[in-house]
Amino acid sequence: MSAILPPAAKYWWKQPLDRVEGTWIVIALTWCLIMFFMMPYWHVYGKQNLSNEAYRTTPEVYQKKTQEMVDKYTVRKETAQEIPVVHPPAGSDVYLIARLWQWWPILELEEGKTYRLHIMSMDWLHGFSLQPENINIEVHPGYEHIVTMTPTKADNYSIICNEFCGVNHHTMASKLYVVKSAK
Amino acid sequence: MANASPQNSNDELSDEPIPPMQQLLDNPFALLFLGVAMPTVLYIVWGVMEIVGIPIAK
Amino acid sequence: MAVNRMFRVCPATGFKVHEPAEALMKINAVTAVVALLVGGILALLVILTRWQTVHLLPADAFYMVLTAHGLNMLVFWIIFFEVAVLYFCGTVLLNSRLATPTFAWVAYALMLIGALVNNYAVMIRGDSSVMFTSYVPMGAHWSFYLGLILFAVGALIACFVFLGTLVVAKAERTYNGSVSLVTFGALTACIIAVFTIAAGAIILIPTFFWSIGLISHIDSLMYRTVWWGFGHSSQQINVSAHVAVWYAIAAIVFGAKPMSEKVSRGAFLLYILFLQLASAHHLLADPGLTSNWKIFNTSYAMYLAVLASMVHGLTVPGAIEVAQREKGFNKGLFEWLRKAPWGNPVFSGMFISLIGFGFLGGISGVMMGTEQLNLIIHNTIYVPGHFHATVVVGTTLAFMSLTYFVIPTIFRRELMFPGLAKWQPYLFGLGMSGFSLFMMGAGTLGVPRRHWDMSFAGALMQHEFPATAWLMMTLMAITGLVAIVGGAAYLLITVCSVFIGKKITTPGFKHISARDNAAAPVSLPNVVVPSHGNIGTAGFVAPGTFVLAIGFLISFVLYYFVNWKYLSTVWPLN
Repeated sequence: MSAILPPAAKYWWKQPLDRVEGTWIVIALTWCLIMFFMMPYWHVYGKQNLSNEAYRTTPEVYQKKTQEMVDKYTVRKETAQEIPVVHPPAGSDVYLIARLWQWWPILELEEGKTYRLHIMSMDWLHGFSLQPENINIEVHPGYEHIVTMTPTKADNYSIICNEFCGVNHHTMASKLYVVKSAK
Repeated sequence: MANASPQNSNDELSDEPIPPMQQLLDNPFALLFLGVAMPTVLYIVWGVMEIVGIPIAK
Repeated sequence: MAVNRMFRVCPATGFKVHEPAEALMKINAVTAVVALLVGGILALLVILTRWQTVHLLPADAFYMVLTAHGLNMLVFWIIFFEVAVLYFCGTVLLNSRLATPTFAWVAYALMLIGALVNNYAVMIRGDSSVMFTSYVPMGAHWSFYLGLILFAVGALIACFVFLGTLVVAKAERTYNGSVSLVTFGALTACIIAVFTIAAGAIILIPTFFWSIGLISHIDSLMYRTVWWGFGHSSQQINVSAHVAVWYAIAAIVFGAKPMSEKVSRGAFLLYILFLQLASAHHLLADPGLTSNWKIFNTSYAMYLAVLASMVHGLTVPGAIEVAQREKGFNKGLFEWLRKAPWGNPVFSGMFISLIGFGFLGGISGVMMGTEQLNLIIHNTIYVPGHFHATVVVGTTLAFMSLTYFVIPTIFRRELMFPGLAKWQPYLFGLGMSGFSLFMMGAGTLGVPRRHWDMSFAGALMQHEFPATAWLMMTLMAITGLVAIVGGAAYLLITVCSVFIGKKITTPGFKHISARDNAAAPVSLPNVVVPSHGNIGTAGFVAPGTFVLAIGFLISFVLYYFVNWKYLSTVWPLN
C-alpha cells in the first residue's frame, strides 16, 4: 500500500519492474562498472598510482639510513634550526623523516628525474601533503613507505602536514626544491 | 474480528511458495549474518592479513 | 513479569502506539537534540576559528572543540536519534509492542553515561583532544575510550531490542506478510550498526587497555584499518536510516507507495552486503595495503552499493511523482514537483536532503573514494566538505524534517513558530550545501582539514595558499553561519514545541489494550500487483524523475572525469 505499511501483495517479489526503474538500473550499473574498471585501467595506463611498497621497520634503523644520506649529500643548511638541504643523485633512494613537528631533511630534487622517496614517521601519524601539487600520503610510524616520484617542473614546493598531530600541527611545514637538471 | 486461525489456514491453502529471494528478505537474522560476515571477511580479515604480511625492512 | 500491552491509537494515522515504546522514543529523541545543541555550539566555535579573519580560539582549545564537535554530532546526536527511529519502525509501523522495554532503558542509560563520560574526557579534563578518530599512538585519557565503549554497548543492546521487536511482531501476528519497506530500511541500518559496533569493540577495547597501560603497543595501521570499520560504517548506518526516512516521508506526505518493493528492498540488500566495505575509503593513501584490497573494498565490490544509492535516488522521487500524477498533477514533466508542498518543512527538508545527498555528497564521495583520485584529496578539507554534505545535508536534515512530523504525532504538541519552520529547511539545507561546496573548493586547492592556522604562524617555513583558497574559506564560514542560524531555528522550534507547545488532545481518546483488540489484519490477496496505470509518458510512469536522474548522471560523469584529467597533470608516482 505504502512504504510505511506492509506490502499489499503477498508475492511482491513477482511484481514486474516499471520501465523507468529497469532502464535506470541498466544505466546505473553500466556506469558503476565503468568506474570500477577505471582503477585497474589507470594502474596499467595511468602515471599516478600510489605504490604498495612498504616495509615494517623501527625509528632507529630508519633514522640511521636517513642520516647516511644526509651525511653524503648535504649541500647547505637552512633556517634558524640549520636543517640540512640534501641534493641526492637522480634515481637514488631519498629519505624523509616526519616527526613532531618537523619534516627532515629538506630535499632538493632535479626536474624530470625519478627518485625512490622513502617516508616514515618517528612518532605519531602525520600527513605528507605536497603543495601546490596537492599530493597527499598518510605517514605511519613503523612503516617505511616507498613512493617513486618524478617532479615535473622546477619550483619551490611546500610539504605540509595534514594529519592532526597535536597542538603545533600547523607549524609542521617544510620545503621541497625542484631545480633544473645540473648537466 | 478475525482471529489467527482462519488466516493460518489461508496461508496454508495458498498453493504457490513464497519466492526464495522474498524469503531471504523477510528473514532478519539471515540478513544480519550476511551483513556482518561480508565486511568482516572482505574488509577486516583480508585487510589484517595484508598488514600482518608486510615484510620487514632490510 | 507482566508485559505492558497498553497502546494508544494515533488519530492521524490509525497506527497503534505502544506506550513504553513511545516514552523510549521520546527520551532518545530529546537526548539526541541535546547532543545536537552541544554540537551546534561547538560548530560555531570551529567555524569562527577556521575563518582566518576571526580566528577565535587558540590552537589547543580549537582542537578540543573540534574533537567534541565530531563526537557529539557524528556519534551522539545521530545514534540517539537513530535508536528512536528504530523503535518507531519496529513498533508503530508494525502495530507491535516493544520487546523488553527494560533492556531498552538499560541501553539508553549506558548510551547516556557513555556520552557523558566521553564528553567529560574531552571537554572537562581537556586532555583528550585526539579528534573523533583518536588515531594511536596519540593517546587520550582512558575515560575517552571507556565512554565510547559504554555508548557502543548501549547502542548494541538497542539494536537487539529492535531485532527482538521484529520477532515479537511476527510471533504475535501484528502485521501480515512482510514488514513495511521503511521498517526494512531500519533493519538495514540496524544490521550495519551491529557490524559497526563490533568493529569498534575490536579496536577500542584494546586501545582502552593500552591507555591504562595493560597493553604496550597498538599498531597504527591496524588501528586505522579496524577503526574505520567502525568510523565509516557508522556513517553508513546514517545512509540507510535516512533513506528509510525519505521513503517514510514520501509515504506520509504523499501517500506514495514504493514503485516496486522488489527494487527498493533489493537495493537495501546491496547496502547490507556491500556498503560497509567503503571503510577502505580512508586507507587509500596508506602504506602496505595492496591495490587489490583497496580497489575491491573502496568500490563496495564493483560499486554495487553505489548502484543501490542511485536506485533509491530514483525510486524515492519516482514514488512521489507517481503518487502526484495519480492525484492529477500529470501535466508535462515537472508539474508533480512544482505542485509539491514546498511550504511544508516535512517535505521540503526531505527533498533538499535527497538532492544535497545525491549531488554533493554522493558524487564527491565516489570521486574521492577512487583509489588514485584519493591522492589529490586525502586529508584535505575536501573530506569534511564531502561528509557535511552526506551526514548533515543528507542525514541531519532528513531527521529534522521527520521531527516536524513526529512532534504532533508522537509528542502530541502543536508545532510552534510554523512560519519559521517553513523556512528552516531552506536556511539549513542551502547554508549547509554552500558550506560543503566551499570546503570542497578549498580542499582541491590543498587546504588541510583539522588545521588551526592556514597561514602557518610561528612555523619555520611557511606555505602560502593561493588567494582563492582564502576566499573559499571565508565563503565557507559565511555559509556555515547561515546553516548555524538554520540549526538554531530547528532547536528553537523543537524545544519550544516539545516543552511548551499547545497539547493536542483527541476527543474520545482512550487507551486500548492490544490483547482486547487483537484484530489481526486481513489476509493478503493472493495476487500479483500489476504495474501502475496510465500515467506518465512513453511507458515511463515517472518521466520527470527519470530526466532528473539523467541530469544527475551527466553531472556525475563530468565531475568524475574532470578529476581524472586533473590527476593526470600531477607528478607521476609509482
